[in-house]
Parts: sequence; structure tokens; C-alpha cells
Amino acid sequence: MFDSSTLAKVVFGRLTLESLPLHEPIIVGTFAVVAAGGLALFAAVTYFRLWGYLWREWFTTVDHKRIGIMYMILGIVMLLRGFADALMMRAQQAMAFNGSDGFLPAHHYDQVFTAHGVIMIFFVAMPLVTGLMNYIMPLQIGARDVSFPFLNNFSFWMTTAGAVLVMMSLFVGEFARTGWLAYPPLSNIGYSPDVGVDYYIWALQVAGVGTLLSGVNLICTIVKLRAPGMTLMKMPVFTWTTLCTNILIVASFPVLTAVLALLTLDRYVGTNFFTNDFGGNPMMYVNIIWIWGHPEVYILVLPVFGIFSEVTATFSGKRLFGYTSMVYATVVITVLSYLVWLHHFFTMGSGASVNSFFGITTMIISIPTGAKMFNWLFTMYRGRIRFELPMMWTVAFMLTFVIGGMTGVLLAVPPADFVLHNSLFLVAHFHNVIIGGVVFGIFAGIAYWFPKAFGFRLDPFWGKMSFWFWVVGFYFAFMPLYVLGLMGVTRRLRVFDDPSLQIWFIIAAFGALLIFCGIMCFLVQIAVSVLKREQLRDATGDPWNARTLEWATSSPPPAFNFAFTPVVHTTDAWWDMKSRGYKRPLTGFKPIHMPSNTGTGIILAGLSTAMAVGLIWYMWWLAAASFIALLAVAIGHTFNYHRDYHIPADEVTRVENARTKLLASGAK
Amino acid sequence: MSINVNPAQAYEPIFYVVDEHEHPEGASTMLGFWIYLMSDCLIFAILFASFGVLGGNYAAGPAPKDLFDLPLVAINTSMLLLSSITYGFAMLSMQKSRVGATQAWLAITGLFGLAFIGIELSEFAHMIHEGATPQRSAFLSSFFTLVGTHGLHVTFGLVWLVTLMAQVWRHGLIEANQRRLMCLSMFWHFLDVVWIGVFTFVYLMGMLR
Repeated sequence: MFDSSTLAKVVFGRLTLESLPLHEPIIVGTFAVVAAGGLALFAAVTYFRLWGYLWREWFTTVDHKRIGIMYMILGIVMLLRGFADALMMRAQQAMAFNGSDGFLPAHHYDQVFTAHGVIMIFFVAMPLVTGLMNYIMPLQIGARDVSFPFLNNFSFWMTTAGAVLVMMSLFVGEFARTGWLAYPPLSNIGYSPDVGVDYYIWALQVAGVGTLLSGVNLICTIVKLRAPGMTLMKMPVFTWTTLCTNILIVASFPVLTAVLALLTLDRYVGTNFFTNDFGGNPMMYVNIIWIWGHPEVYILVLPVFGIFSEVTATFSGKRLFGYTSMVYATVVITVLSYLVWLHHFFTMGSGASVNSFFGITTMIISIPTGAKMFNWLFTMYRGRIRFELPMMWTVAFMLTFVIGGMTGVLLAVPPADFVLHNSLFLVAHFHNVIIGGVVFGIFAGIAYWFPKAFGFRLDPFWGKMSFWFWVVGFYFAFMPLYVLGLMGVTRRLRVFDDPSLQIWFIIAAFGALLIFCGIMCFLVQIAVSVLKREQLRDATGDPWNARTLEWATSSPPPAFNFAFTPVVHTTDAWWDMKSRGYKRPLTGFKPIHMPSNTGTGIILAGLSTAMAVGLIWYMWWLAAASFIALLAVAIGHTFNYHRDYHIPADEVTRVENARTKLLASGAK
Repeated sequence: MSINVNPAQAYEPIFYVVDEHEHPEGASTMLGFWIYLMSDCLIFAILFASFGVLGGNYAAGPAPKDLFDLPLVAINTSMLLLSSITYGFAMLSMQKSRVGATQAWLAITGLFGLAFIGIELSEFAHMIHEGATPQRSAFLSSFFTLVGTHGLHVTFGLVWLVTLMAQVWRHGLIEANQRRLMCLSMFWHFLDVVWIGVFTFVYLMGMLR
């Protein structure tokens, strides 16, 4: 019999009308707002006839600068989503006392805390960090683009495809209810039979392809495309941390891919990797995923260490103190990050010797990190410090991150960890280092490099508003969690019995509101800066009197970055050029060899999304069809041998003459 | 890069390259592909580690001694090793710019690869027929996943091989095609190395368990 219900099953798989969360008013409301916003955006783009422009100039671009900007936009959009989850959690926990159930049902609350973690790490922090590396690093080494420009475009769209899948889970079906690392056996098919974990798996797998390839790409770029004279020990520190970060990406993301693939097999095929019976071992999942997970936190924080190094040196008007030790500290952290994973689960019960080993390696990491901290301090010492916005973020980072680092060392002591494991103390600790380190660093980086990318500065007033709301809000939001954690409150709870705890949760919710104001001020800052762009315009290309090569070219840089490839003599190449009377070449321009745009990246990512949807909803025909299409498009792309063109010398001359004019007008 | 940067020139320092040579296309490809291979190697590392942890968990089901047919696996191993040798011959012909010989050796390589996949699939079918399915025990889950992932790689390599043969047929041994053949060569030998690990670690040591 082949009646209509089996037909519907073949076509739609598990997807039915009941899969739409129509009974959850919060989600329906959110959907209404998102849909209205999306439609308005769509209508606006159509009305102003921008689709062609967006497609030609942005979606298909292989220019590392534009791809970097698109990464930043993705990260900021997803920050709004991830932070909405945070506000909901804080509100829920502040309310759910004295018999109140709060406003989030358990089914929804569990998705919220999972989505918050996944989004903030994979689709906020990663894109923002990758965006900055993508934009800045090739300029810092005097390159025209990355090694594999098409791959760069493809990586971006794969990351976006992962974000699209996570967003889709909000409105079609549900997201995982497992916590952000989806430990089995909870995440296995027996306990999570719904689509939530499948959304999680495929979103991360699709985005993971992008992250890995971008890692390969940026490593090759640094190794192969440095300007003549720039030996490894003359690279800017941000380039160094980018190199180490991407080595970590390449050496850890395959581990995530593999462990998620094994979980997929358990869920789809019925294998026994992480089951409790037939010889499976759930703790193997926990071990493997943290072998990826710990390097991951250094993937996030190392680039911002680089940002702080650039900012500190620039705004102190001195070369960075202890450049060599900074480089070695970065490399030591890179290596050590692989030797500490077990500290995430001392309570597994692997015995005193194993726990001691991992406790000690964890504490050792604080040594190179401390060395960095002192390097920044000594750079500031006797410097002529300008407290511009990037520098303010840096100082706030130095204070906040040290607190987070010290609570980390507390957690590294196995006996203490047996008490604090999975408590709010841990939650406070990692937010302390991720917000106090990564987020502050990204804001410092945005404020510092925004004029490079757009040719005008960000408005300082709204930036300072954002800064103070963020910093004060952070302390209000997370210091209470340390207290609660020490009192034994565990993470991910939805309701509470002890009314004496409520005041701490209310303080934390207040802090979250302050952070919300900080995010809003940041958005206002961008809007105001765009409106006041003529007043904030920077004609020089070097508004901060900075030291590294990205400031040698115009703001925004031309498509080819540098008309002539720079030659490097010392660490702070641009400073050296300025202090030794560098004269900008005005004639003799030549045609420049550049890669051509291609739509293959976005098409492949779209097909990957379709395949993931097919796999998530058991629409096997869709999965198979999009897989075949994926292969066909990928193979078809390899038959295209003409992927580059030359920017004619006239065009280069025209761009450079325009800059000459601009520089002259700025000098007046 | 043949650019003269003379550090001794204290006056008139050179700050940019006037006479720039174009970077040869694909100059980073070998390095990039090598890095990609190492990341792939890590996927295999995790699968080997999983097999190391779970390989003895038979769950009262069949053990390696009940399942493995070593002579067959030895034949299969020789298929893959021979395919590596023939790929080597293809690369030697490529360096001598002999299109026909290159294509012939590539085709022979593909046939050996196909034989390898065929024998592996029949081995799998035989095991599943006997009830030794991937679902039966953690040992079998990790066995099928490790060996199957290698097989998938070889299958992918075959698709790639056919694609490259078509491209060589269309454009000849131009530089881009030589580079691509070189990448596939690294991929192919890499799979060979992984298989040596599988043969030793899974099959030979499994029989000793």
C-alpha cells in the first residue's frame, strides 16, 4: 500500500505540521519579528535594486577584505541571537523562585542554554575572530590576498550555512536540549530521539568544513606570502597569533569532525560507540570532544592576544616590550593547549596520577599567559599612553582577564574541582575569560581597525558608552555567579528551592541588562559613525600613528592592497618606513595579477545546507540529490581553468592618484 | 623570489619592490594540500584511537579470530600497494611529458583501486551475512568505521582519478594538471600509509588478541 501518509513520509521525512513550534508563544512572536525584519530587508534590497550589486561585489567576492567584513557581520548578527538567549536565561533564573516556574518550560529552556553556548562559540566568537584574521593578516604581511581566495569565499559560506541551520532550528523543529557539547548518552537516539541533536551535528559539521579550510588557507598565506624581508621573527604579533590559531584549528577541528561523525553513526546507523551497552563508552566521547574543545578556547583567545599586543604598542607609542618572549609564549600556549583536556572532567575518576598530571599542565599554561600580561604592562610602562577606545578595552581586559585566569587556576586543582565541577563558579570562570578576553578583544579590534576597513573612525562617545555598559555589566552579571557557585549551585538549573539565592540571580540579571545596553550602544555607535562619516573621515590611512604594514596603504585599501609589494626591515615595518623617510611611489605602476570572483562557494554551501536539512529530517531523497549536486558542482568547478585576471596599470594608476589627492587634501 | 634586499644599504633603504615578478599560480597548493592531508590524518588518528579503546569490547559477539580472513586481506593489501607503485609510474611518465603512458598508468591504478574496494565490500558483506554487523558490538562499530572510512577515501580518490584523467585528456599535461596529479599522488600514497596502519593494527594485531 502506498497511501498518502507514506508518501508524505517519503517526501517530508520526519517533518510534519506538528514540528512547527506553534504552541510556544515566545517562539511564534520571535518568528513574527524575524520574518517581518527579513521581509523588510528583502523588500529594501529589491527596491533599491541591490541584489545584482550584492551578488557581484559581495556574495561571490574572493577579496579577503570583503570576506572579512562579511564574517564580522555574521558574527554581530548572531551575537544578537545568542544574547537574546542569555537574557531569557537570566530572566528565567531570576524569576523561578518561591514555587514560580518562571516563564520558560523545561523543553524550551534546555534548548535555550544549548543554543546560547553553541551560537556564542561557533557563530559569534569564531566568525568575529576569523573575520579579523581574514581582513588584517594579509595586509600585515604585505600580501595581495590569501593563498586560496576561492577557498576563502567557500569557507565563509559554509560557516554561514551552519548559522542558517541553527537559526532554522528555532522555527522548524527544535534545537538540542543537551548542553553545548551534546554529551552522550543524553545526546544519543534513545534519549534525544528528536531533530534537535541532528540540527546540532549538521550545523557544526557544515560550519566545521569552513573553519578547517580557512585554517589551511591562512597558514599557507602566512608561510608563503609574506613580503620580502619579513622573516618569521619580524612578523607582527597579530600575524604570529593568527598563525598559531590556525595551526590549532587545523590540528583540532578534524577531531571534532570525527567525534561528531561517530555520534552521527550511533544516532543514524545504530552503532555502539557511546552507548551504555554492547561495549560502548560514553566517556570516550567526552575525552575526544575536549581534545578538540580545549584547543578551541585558545583558538578564540590567541588572536585577541595579538590584537591587544598591536593596540598596546600603538597607543603607548612604543614598540612592544618583549616581542620574542611574546612569540614564544604564544607558541608554548599552542603546544600546551593539547595537554590539558582532561581538566574539564576531573570527576570522571581517572585516578590521582592522571588528574595531577592534567592539573599541573593546566597551571603551567598560566606561566606563558602571565608573561604576556607583563609584556603588555611593560609596554605601557613609560609609554605615552593615549586612552582611545581600543586602549580602554585593553586595560579592561587586563584587569578582568587576570581575575578569570586566577579562578581558572583554582579550578585546575583537582580536589577543588570536585567541589566546583559543573557549578556556576565554572560558568562564571569561562565567561570571565571569554567575555573579559575574547569579547573585549574583538571590540578593541573593531574599534582599532574599523577606520582601516571603512576610511572613517567609529564615534568615540557611543563607543565609550558601550564600553562602560559592557564592563560594568560584566561584573554585575558574573561576580554573583562566583558566589552562587561557591555555595554549590550547579549550572543549567531552571527552578530553585532556596529563596536566599534569588537576590544573586537578580543582580546577575541586572548585569545582563547592562550588557544589553552595551550591545545597543555598539549598534548605535556604528549607525552614528556612518551618519557622521564625513566628520570622522581619515584621509591618511594611518589615524592612530600605528606601527604595522596594514596602515601603510589607504583606508579602505584598494582591491590589490599594495600597488608595490613592501619590503620589510624590522618588526614594526610601517613605523620603520615612517621614521626612515619612506616616500610613496607615484609612478611606474604595473598591471596586478588578481583572482576572479566566483559563485561556486555560495552554491556549494547552499547545497550543503539542503543536504543537511535532508539528513536532519530523514528526507533521504533531498540528502541524496543535494549530495550528487554537490559533487557535480565541485567537479564542474575544477574544469574551470581561468580563475584570474589582471588589474590594468591604468586602473592602478588611477586608484593611486586618487589616494595622492586625498593625502594632499588631508595635509592641508 | 629573487629579490635583492641589501641590508647594508643604511642610506636609501628599499621599502618596496619595483620590479616584481608574478607569483607562479598555485605556488601554495602543495603546502596547502599537505596541511589538509595532515588534518585528515587526525581524523584517522581518532578512529584508530576509538578502535584502540573499543576494539576489545566484543559484547559476547564475534572476535577478530572468528571473522578475519588474513589471506584475503593480504591480497587486498597487495592491490593497494600495487596501485601506489603504478601511480608512481604515472608520475614518472608525467615528468617525461608522455600523455598516453600517464593515462595508461592512471587507468591501471584505478583498476587496482577498484579491485581493492571490491574485495573490501565483499569482505564486509560476508561479515554482515554472518551477523557481524556494525551494530553488534563496539568492536565491530569501530572496525567498520575505521576500515570503511579508509574505503570511502579510496572511493573518493577513484572519482578524483577519473576526473583528472578527463582533464588530462582535454588539456594535456599542462602545469595545472601536473599540480593536480601531484596532489592526488600525495592523497593516494597517504591512503596507502593509513592502510598499512589498518592492516597491522586492526588485522594482524587483532588476530593476536
